[in-house]
Amino acid sequence: MSLVARHLEEAGIATVVVGSAQDIVETAGVPRFVFVDFPLGNPMGRPGEIAEQRYTVEAALELVTAAVAPRMTRRLDLKWGSDEWRAVYMHVGDDNREELARLGDERRAKQAARRAASKANA
Amino acid sequence: MSDRPQTHRRVVSYIDKSREYYAAHGYGKPYQWASYDDVPFVKWSDTGLDLSKAKVGVVTTTFPAVFTAPKKVYAQASSPTPDAMFTKDLSWDKDATHTNDVGTFLPLDALNSLADDGVIGSISERFYGIPTEYSQSRTHADAQEIVAWAKEDGVDAMILVPL
Repeated sequence: MSLVARHLEEAGIATVVVGSAQDIVETAGVPRFVFVDFPLGNPMGRPGEIAEQRYTVEAALELVTAAVAPRMTRRLDLKWGSDEWRAVYMHVGDDNREELARLGDERRAKQAARRAASKANA
Repeated sequence: MSDRPQTHRRVVSYIDKSREYYAAHGYGKPYQWASYDDVPFVKWSDTGLDLSKAKVGVVTTTFPAVFTAPKKVYAQASSPTPDAMFTKDLSWDKDATHTNDVGTFLPLDALNSLADDGVIGSISERFYGIPTEYSQSRTHADAQEIVAWAKEDGVDAMILVPL
C-alpha cells in the first residue's frame, strides 16, 4: 500500500494511510499515517461503532490538510478494550514451537508435491 | 507512578512477530519489508484545494465478496456500500475480531456522512482495490492503474486502508 501512496503523491494526489501495523507502515515510509492501535482487521474503528469510524476518517482528512512534511504520523487515542490480543497474535513459545515446526514441514511437503505434479504434467 | 508500567514496547511490532513466527515454521529467509529513504509528498496548501469541495477516494486491500481468481487490481462503484468484502485470505487477527462490518476497514459510509455534512465535497464514484500478495514490480503496475483511475475520477485526496 505504501507503493500506491508513493505513486499517487507523485501524480499530485495527497494521500493518507490508516492502519494498525505501525512498524510496517513507518518502515516503508508514507506521506501521512493515522495509526489506530487495534488488532489487525478494523483500522477504521471497532465493529458497529459508527461514530468512532467517522472520527477516524475525519482524523485522516485533518492530517491530509495539516501535514507540512512527509512521514507524519497521527496516533489516535482510541481504545480496543482488552490488551490480550497483543501477546496472542502470531504467538511463538514453548507451548507451540513443535506444532509450528510441524505445520511448516507439512506446508513445504505439500508445495514440493505440487511442484512435482506440475513438472510431470509439463 | 505511571498508569501502566511496561517492560517491553507495548505497540505490536509485526515485522518482529512475523519474522519469529515464520522462522518457527522453519522458513530460513526472513521477509524483506519495503523501506524507502525518500517519500514523495504533496502539501495540501500548495494544491489550492478546499477539503469541503474536494473529492475523496478510498483504496482497500480487500476484495469484492464475489470475484474471479486470480486477484487483479480493480475499481468498483462506491454506491451502494457493499454489505461484505472478501478478507479471509488476508493476514488480520482472526482470534481478536471479525470483518463483518465493512465500515471497520472500508470507510464509504463514513465518507458519505462527511459529504452530507459538507466536511468534504464528495466521495469518488468508485473505490479501488489492490492485491497485496504479488511482487513489487506487479504492485508498481497496479499502483499506476489506480493513479490512472483516480485521475479519471477526479480524486483530490485518497485514503488508503491496508487490512
